Amino acid sequence: MQGNAHVYQKDHINTDEIIPARYLNSDQEADLAEHAMEDLDVDFLKKVKTGDFIISGDDFGCGSSREHAVWALRGAGIRAVIANSFARIFYRNCINNGFPAIECPGAAQAIRDGDRLEIDLTAGKIINHTQNRTMPFRPLPDFAREMIAAGGLMAQIKKELK
Amino acid sequence: MGATITEKILAAHSAREKVVPGDLVNCEIDTIMCHDVTTTPAIDMLEKYDIKNVCDPERIVIMPDHFVPNKDIKSAEMVARIRRWAKTQNISKFYDIGRHGVCHALLPEQGFVMPGKTIVCGDSHTCTHGALGAFATGVGSTDLAATLATGKLWFKVPESQRFVITGGLPEGVYAKDIILQIIGQIGVDGALYKAMEFCGEVIDKLSVEGRLTICNMVIEAGGKSGVINPDAKTLEYVRARTDADFTVYRSDEDAQYAQTFEINVSDLEPVVACPHLPGNVKPARMAGDIPIDQAYLGSCTNGRIEDLRVAARILKGREVANGTRMIVVPATTEIWKQANREGLLDIFMAAGATVSTPTCGACLGGHMGILAAGERCISSTNRNFVGRMGSPKSEVYLASPATVAASAVAGKITDPRQYL
Repeated sequence: MQGNAHVYQKDHINTDEIIPARYLNSDQEADLAEHAMEDLDVDFLKKVKTGDFIISGDDFGCGSSREHAVWALRGAGIRAVIANSFARIFYRNCINNGFPAIECPGAAQAIRDGDRLEIDLTAGKIINHTQNRTMPFRPLPDFAREMIAAGGLMAQIKKELK
Repeated sequence: MGATITEKILAAHSAREKVVPGDLVNCEIDTIMCHDVTTTPAIDMLEKYDIKNVCDPERIVIMPDHFVPNKDIKSAEMVARIRRWAKTQNISKFYDIGRHGVCHALLPEQGFVMPGKTIVCGDSHTCTHGALGAFATGVGSTDLAATLATGKLWFKVPESQRFVITGGLPEGVYAKDIILQIIGQIGVDGALYKAMEFCGEVIDKLSVEGRLTICNMVIEAGGKSGVINPDAKTLEYVRARTDADFTVYRSDEDAQYAQTFEINVSDLEPVVACPHLPGNVKPARMAGDIPIDQAYLGSCTNGRIEDLRVAARILKGREVANGTRMIVVPATTEIWKQANREGLLDIFMAAGATVSTPTCGACLGGHMGILAAGERCISSTNRNFVGRMGSPKSEVYLASPATVAASAVAGKITDPRQYL
């Protein structure tokens, strides 16, 4: 996975900021994507290209359980979020969708806006091509990797039900 | 080594004798609650994976509440689809308009919350129900779909934090002030991934309603669940509402806690959480001269009958300040009726407030009281994030129902004790 970094150093970015509730009268990824991060950064959609990453501080995705937050980011082209830490329900929602939520303390300070990044999920490293440096991160837990490999929670359950 | 109530409930529901924090368990879920916003994506997933039947219609309770009564065509279509789906799945527990209410107020009120049970809902404030000694947590739509399909869901057994609340709660200080104070103290991620267990003489004396308020807001500290060991008060509340079987679990004396916090509330004052974080807490009297455009009394945090009574006591014979508007939203239909019987709605209307039908409504910026740019609201709800109740340029201050009512009368953020 390769893309550009969009750095929000702020801690506690909540799911109301990622996708405001006023747009939850739709659950379609394309509709939600049009308003991704709107209350935090009105220029977000102009900056993001498909394949890019969000980098942020502590407790990313706190607040409401709305999975729409994951879909809005994915719909906008984001392919992974790297944060110092994640709020619990958002993290679960990411794994269940096979969407990488990467815990990497210090990333928000080390990575600069616009840096070209490559993420190696298996090896657990972020290669910063702009700064010419590599950052390790804690690889996803086994159960999460198994779930992502199975295609997400629902695909795993479908298999079990058979 | 003993176990916490949370560990005991999770062990019993995953056919294990014992679990410890960090264990992954596949847990039987007793009650699956669905509301309007997060359920249609779950239905989509069930259809996508060709899962034709839910695990057990009897375990499912549907309580549309967020944009209810329908705020626009899209919301109307969502609820219409859930109605059709419920019919095809033979789900009979559907709380439609006329029996409706904010789901976390309605679920315990209607007797679906019992000690020792496991409860999930596609809503972060599901943690509320731990107040009755259940394990309850909020999940996303994929988790919801998985639970609807199998009746089970995976969890990592959380570590527990114990909050021992001691002292005597002063006049004018309420459950809301306690939980805001705790969030202010430990921070909005101070309980990340953990179960927050509340005990102590203050909790023992609190009503079930006050306990629901406390557990409701554990998610604002990042908690996975909130829980209070059941006592006689719990059992009386539950037995008045259901004759179903349940098992009471309680934490052992020698249970292990990640942390224990002792909090003496004898000197606690009415507090407000200032924009834009629930942990941004200070005494109401020190908030400064903050005029308000709107006072909002309602929600799953503080829209219950006890909350309305406290506000009515302050508003009786007084008027909402010129330039301020007050919106009262009883959390359920039964609460609305009870408030009407007690004359509370008349008191609100006489004071110049308006009373709406139950809904989550403006709490999450849905409808029925949205804020314009530059407007400021004092609210008995649970979140004051940017844009939470409307314009991203508006502001929300969180407080107890008493502080909301007093501030409505004063037209600015006010310590309620001078009005009691």
